[in-house]
Amino acid sequence: MPYTPPIKSMKYLLHHAVDFDAVLACPDHSDTTADLVGDILDGAGRFASDVLAPTNWAGDQTPAALSGDAVTTSPGFKDAYSAYVEAGWQGLGMAVDHGGMGLPQAVSVATGEMTYAANMAFGLCPMLTASAMKAIAAHASDDLKAKYLPKMVTGEWSGAMNLTEPQAGSDLGPVRTKAVDKGDGTYAISGQKIYITWGEHDCADNIVHLVLARLPDAPEGSKGISLFLCPKYFVGDDGALGERNSLKCIGLEHKLGIHGSPTCTMEFDGATGWLIGEPNRGLACMFTMMNEARLFVGVQGVAIGDRAYQAALGFARERVQGRTLGKQETIIGHPDVRRMLMDMKARLMGARVICMATAVAGDIAASHPHEETRKAAHIREALLTPIAKSYGSDVGISATSTAVQVHGGMGFVEETGAAQHYRDSRIASIYEGTNGIQAIDLLARKIRRDGGAGMMALIEELSQIPALLVMTTAETGVRLGSSRDALEQSLATLREATQIMLDIDEADGLGGASNYLMLCGHIIAGCLLIKGMCNGLLAGDPQAENMQKLVWYHALVVMPEAGAHLNYLRRAGRVLFDYPEIALGDL
Amino acid sequence: MKVLVPVKRVLDYNVKARVKADQSGVDLSNVKMSMNPFDEISVEEAVRMKEAGTATEAIVVSIGPAKAQETIRTALAIGMDRGIHVLTDEDLEPLAIAKILKAIVEAEDAQLVIAGKQAIDNDYGATGSMLAAMLDWPQGTFANTVETSGGSMTVKREVDGGLQTVKLTLPAVVTTDLRLNEPRYARLPDIMKAKKKTIDAKTPEDFGVDTTPRLKTVKVTEPAGRSAGVIVENVEELVASLKKEGVI
Ligand SMILES: Cc1cc2nc3c(=O)[nH]c(=O)nc-3n(C[C@H](O)[C@H](O)[C@H](O)COP(=O)(O)OP(=O)(O)OC[C@H]3O[C@@H](n4cnc5c(N)ncnc54)[C@H](O)[C@@H]3O)c2cc1C
Ligand SMILES: Cc1cc2nc3c(=O)[nH]c(=O)nc-3n(C[C@H](O)[C@H](O)[C@H](O)COP(=O)(O)OP(=O)(O)OC[C@H]3O[C@@H](n4cnc5c(N)ncnc54)[C@H](O)[C@@H]3O)c2cc1C
Repeated sequence: MPYTPPIKSMKYLLHHAVDFDAVLACPDHSDTTADLVGDILDGAGRFASDVLAPTNWAGDQTPAALSGDAVTTSPGFKDAYSAYVEAGWQGLGMAVDHGGMGLPQAVSVATGEMTYAANMAFGLCPMLTASAMKAIAAHASDDLKAKYLPKMVTGEWSGAMNLTEPQAGSDLGPVRTKAVDKGDGTYAISGQKIYITWGEHDCADNIVHLVLARLPDAPEGSKGISLFLCPKYFVGDDGALGERNSLKCIGLEHKLGIHGSPTCTMEFDGATGWLIGEPNRGLACMFTMMNEARLFVGVQGVAIGDRAYQAALGFARERVQGRTLGKQETIIGHPDVRRMLMDMKARLMGARVICMATAVAGDIAASHPHEETRKAAHIREALLTPIAKSYGSDVGISATSTAVQVHGGMGFVEETGAAQHYRDSRIASIYEGTNGIQAIDLLARKIRRDGGAGMMALIEELSQIPALLVMTTAETGVRLGSSRDALEQSLATLREATQIMLDIDEADGLGGASNYLMLCGHIIAGCLLIKGMCNGLLAGDPQAENMQKLVWYHALVVMPEAGAHLNYLRRAGRVLFDYPEIALGDL
Repeated sequence: MKVLVPVKRVLDYNVKARVKADQSGVDLSNVKMSMNPFDEISVEEAVRMKEAGTATEAIVVSIGPAKAQETIRTALAIGMDRGIHVLTDEDLEPLAIAKILKAIVEAEDAQLVIAGKQAIDNDYGATGSMLAAMLDWPQGTFANTVETSGGSMTVKREVDGGLQTVKLTLPAVVTTDLRLNEPRYARLPDIMKAKKKTIDAKTPEDFGVDTTPRLKTVKVTEPAGRSAGVIVENVEELVASLKKEGVI
């Protein structure tokens, strides 16, 4: 199944809809020109479509396999991984000081999307390595950094995150894995971790495990968890690989999707580990890279949704069935098929622009010369992250489902690959904090903690867009009245919903959190697309005309869905608990 | 030895070409463009010669619109040393291209030109040979393998029914065929480095070359679609129908 990287859309959104040019203007990125970014996207796109995409189906059909404690990855993965390392993509987002390229996160989001679309199961390995590197770079001792980062930044060694245990998933407080001080600067780690992505495999020479565990005297719950680094193979002072550490994979999960990604049960049997950061501060260390990891899961949704969309489009252009009213002979001429394609495209574009806006906020927060701007951007990034994660993954899941529908019976049978995308996309709303947990994060930490200040600042900014619309019409003569109506109404909806979420009591708030998140997603996506449309029209971008039609669809169909969520919030969570729990089981 | 590689920006090989409504040509507005695949092979070969030490400098040239700079940068990212961009918005014919290349070869004192055997957009397959004739250099076209030793170059050529081996005295022109090598993927660090390499900006006038077209495109149309086939019952019927069609 071929994959065409959506580079044109990405560039359009980067330059017209989100302020990527402000990122390039930061001193940290003075060497990074728009042309260079274009070359990087082209290079990454080519690698994704030519090297990674052809391995996707094999990953699904021949999952990673365990024999003894060794994991053999799917056919073609090892070679693809070597090619990935050889081409130097792993270092893209890592700081220059640590041997990376120091490119903006917005570029990683774009290249990441292409990698995940090409082969999501494969793409999780580089993603986890990047996350592990970020945590090490931010919190580990200089010794650990010097020993591990150089080989991780090339991808020769990969990373894995060991958080989850059978009794500790959404809530990591009950983590039971033990860490005992051996008195020589190392710790003995014992316990079992489940669902560890790429925890064991045959692609990299070494695997660097970051493990959450509890010291003997640690307080109960999440304030008593520390972070440790446990390599699969010990590393000598000369950098040479030594003995095997006492940790191993004792099982692989059979899953709905991402079959090519080994999901490992890891056993730590007195494995030697090194403390990262301070004792009992493990979760805080993890959180420094959590924003990024969550954003990237949202990007996975967009990625796999777009891959499925492309397959559906290709199918709709080939399949002849029934007489169409239009010019086209294939089913793409049927209005209902067109509806499905438009719907996927508009929603995916909306989710993509939210991911990019989140990344740009992160870049400004990291690199802008003015502290005030950095602070405001940091708040923006934190606010948008749960939305990017949940909205991106949910849009991805709905797009892959629609893509199955476009395929008719061929979508339900495996051979077209549409079913694989549907299955693969499903994980994105579960891992890296379920979407329910994201909604709670948005409500409790991002809206209520600062009394809605961060959200109000965003609404304030989005409220500039109607003026931009007026100016666009004045300068280009293009009439944009319906976008303006949708925009004004949506901003009012967002304001009212935010006020409700600030005033509501805790239980009702929790009942409305997911609806509020979706409402935010539809509206922020719509606003940013309208902004992108205006800026594109003003710049005379040849794509702007089509963007205008897509945005019209979005403003007419997608944004107004926020209204239904608002209705729900107006009645708050009451509808949920008035119905007795016992009656849920009363059939 | 200095090696010169001309590259052309063409409609991406994955994109289905659509004819313009007025039949004046192929619609190139808003479609993906890439380096001509044969030129990728030329670039790869030149970079390998550099890595092997047979070439001292590898220069990439593109003659075309402003966007052709992207194509040059792609070649720089693979490992070419520097670029020359000859800016023109006209779709020049092979003769004009060959004349410009000749002027550049002379100005640069290059000893080897590696060109694609054809460009996938118009399939002329003429530039390399015209250039060799104008320079009065030997040519090894449709190269399947090349080997340089001292002042000469052995080229195995892909010809009908097999390979023909020729020995060229340098300087020479080689045109590449698909099986000469497998081009590498650009490495991220090299893409980053490429932006520091220079691209000289030129125009056809700089070389005093007359680029007036010699050909006139009358009309461009889609190839005729394939008509429906027939299913035959047995071998006799197959042979009979083939005879009827005049195929055998
Ligand atoms: C394929 C795969 C790969 C994974 N990779 C990794 C990995 O590499 N490393 C790692 O450490 N973990 C990994 N995980 C674990 C993953 O992060 C957890 O599965 C996830 O956090 C959910 O935890 P859980 O499965 O225990 O579900 P639970 O926490 O039991 O959740 C069940 C349901 O209850 C809801 N829920 C739970 N608590 C609350 C609450 N307080 N309020 C509202 N709703 C709530 C959830 O939203 C969910 O719908 C992976 C999981 C999978 C399936
Ligand atoms: C698991 C399975 C079990 C099945 N069991 C049986 C069985 O027991 N007996 C049997 O006879 N068949 C069976 N079928 C076939 C099933 O009924 C067809 O797959 C279904 O009717 C869709 O037809 P199709 O696959 O040709 O898709 P298509 O008709 O090609 O549809 C492709 C897409 O085009 C759309 N479309 C098509 N025509 C129009 C139109 N005029 N206007 C708007 N949109 C249009 C469709 O809605 C769909 O989204 C089965 C299929 C599967 C997958």
